[in-house]
Amino acid sequence: MSVLEKQPSAVRPTERPAPVRRRRVVDEHGRRVRAWELALRYALLLGVLALTVGPFLWQLSTSLKGPTEDIFSSPPKFLPGDPTLHNYERVADTIPVWDYALNSLKVAGANVVTNCVGSALAGYALARLRYRGRRVATLAFILAMLVPVEGIIIAQFTTMRELGLNNTLIGVVLPGCVGAMNVLLMRNAFLNLPYEIEEAAFVDGANSWQRFLRIALPSVKGTLAVVAIFAFMGAWDDFLWPLIVLSDPSKFTLTIGLNYLHGTFANDERLVAAGTVIAVAPLIALFACLQRYFFRGVGEGAVKG
Amino acid sequence: MAASPTVEGVRRAGLVRVRRQLPTSPWLFAAPGLLIIGAFILYPFVSTLINSFTDRRTLIPGEYVGLANFRELLHDDMFWIGLRNSTLYVVGVVPALVLLPLLLALLVQKNIPGITFFRSAFYTPVVASIVVVGLIWVWLLDERGLVNSLLEAIGVGRVGFLSDQWLLLLSAMAVTVWKGLGYYMIIYLAALANVPRELHEAAAVDGAGAVRRFLTVTVPAVRSTMVLVGALSSVAAFKVFSEVYLMAGPDGGPAGEDTTLVMLVQRTGTGLTGRVGYASALSVVVFAVTVALMLLVLRADRREDTP
Repeated sequence: MSVLEKQPSAVRPTERPAPVRRRRVVDEHGRRVRAWELALRYALLLGVLALTVGPFLWQLSTSLKGPTEDIFSSPPKFLPGDPTLHNYERVADTIPVWDYALNSLKVAGANVVTNCVGSALAGYALARLRYRGRRVATLAFILAMLVPVEGIIIAQFTTMRELGLNNTLIGVVLPGCVGAMNVLLMRNAFLNLPYEIEEAAFVDGANSWQRFLRIALPSVKGTLAVVAIFAFMGAWDDFLWPLIVLSDPSKFTLTIGLNYLHGTFANDERLVAAGTVIAVAPLIALFACLQRYFFRGVGEGAVKG
Repeated sequence: MAASPTVEGVRRAGLVRVRRQLPTSPWLFAAPGLLIIGAFILYPFVSTLINSFTDRRTLIPGEYVGLANFRELLHDDMFWIGLRNSTLYVVGVVPALVLLPLLLALLVQKNIPGITFFRSAFYTPVVASIVVVGLIWVWLLDERGLVNSLLEAIGVGRVGFLSDQWLLLLSAMAVTVWKGLGYYMIIYLAALANVPRELHEAAAVDGAGAVRRFLTVTVPAVRSTMVLVGALSSVAAFKVFSEVYLMAGPDGGPAGEDTTLVMLVQRTGTGLTGRVGYASALSVVVFAVTVALMLLVLRADRREDTP
């Protein structure tokens, strides 16, 4: 997908030359976009922008409003009159929010490492190595991808209990620590590499580890980055599974902590707002830095279904 | 993407000199992945099927009870409420998620100045956790929240979005659509990039207006993507949990009337007194409907293919 903006190219002569040489906006085919159409487009874009980003800003604004400021006024006041970080201190006094953030970070970090390592290894085995049972292994991953997680959480929970891992962060990470879809994504990435180079290395006597680490892996960094980002986001944002597996408030992740905060202090909107800002800010920052991989992941993930 | 390695590069890397010490069985590569999906996806899937024929509880192994769980389902009001709400969710959410992101993609398709900013901004709700999104909207739709303040300011009066059973479900659907817009927009953008410009021009020369061009050129060209979006969003919508859980509360709103099927699975099967057997039977229904939805959407696609 091209996300480059076209520079306004040479202006075509028109019948009535404008007195001032205005910046002409052209579309991807070099045609001029008419002024009224452009105005309409921007109006619509700004409208959608208000709808999609506005709610986040309202939450931020609420979190910065002090205890004396009316947050229920009609018409509403969009900007805090006297911005304060007081509510963020209060969140930390009410729930161990930084511990929860650390738990989320641990879970998300572990999920990134295990998914990258596990799916790269398995993806390579499915794409490049020859052995009996490869088709069965591929089928196992495809089946696993098709199983709706919501339908097996109770059995996952009883499995965790049997392993004695319920109510632990390891228990939160384990079921998704090598995602079947990630394995298949890596498999496709390896399949798209030219085979001749690995063949040459094979002739030179390189074994499968050497071919994997030195040749194949460095060529699929892009897909690996996509896997890493979606593993991080998936673990950081996950709600249903941690809700089921964690019962001890000291082990909560941020999402479960927020749910707890909302359940206990629902009437304190400033407090809940501050909590949600803490939970969402890191991911928005990550997204702002690595947009390209987020968008690429959507494309590749959707094709796999 | 890194440049493809060359044969010379490989030789230079000195592969030959590395000692062969690690076992190189292909199964070793696949083992971690197979172990995880085997233990935590495929085994739980099979055990869900088996448990659905038992009266197993969290702390009691349970015994085979045949179809008793499924017979109980038929007389369980809560099951029918859950099935109704999850089905309504598909009916309400899917058309919006098939159409609105397509229109949004058309809006951000042209490379006008600043468009990358808009594309990214529209994607922000996708990045946020569903818990954050749910709580943001709980506050926005609160009796005294922003939406009601605005409605009052323009003279409509306050609406109990989160207290009425049906408005609650509708609000949750709106939140699901709001969160999904950006994701499907990106899918559609990729599809739209492959629509030949000439088709639009030919239609324009023939005197077709914007709406007509949309219906006769754009829609047929991205139809397979619309089917894909329909399949993805309908399966996701049927399994809805978080939005309703957060907005209606763990008990599913007034008298539990907003409970969805997955909420019921979670409520029935967890905790120390969880009825694992019965929750598994509920899960089997979730599977069955999910598979049916997929087949339905894919069949609709195939039927349209044959003239």
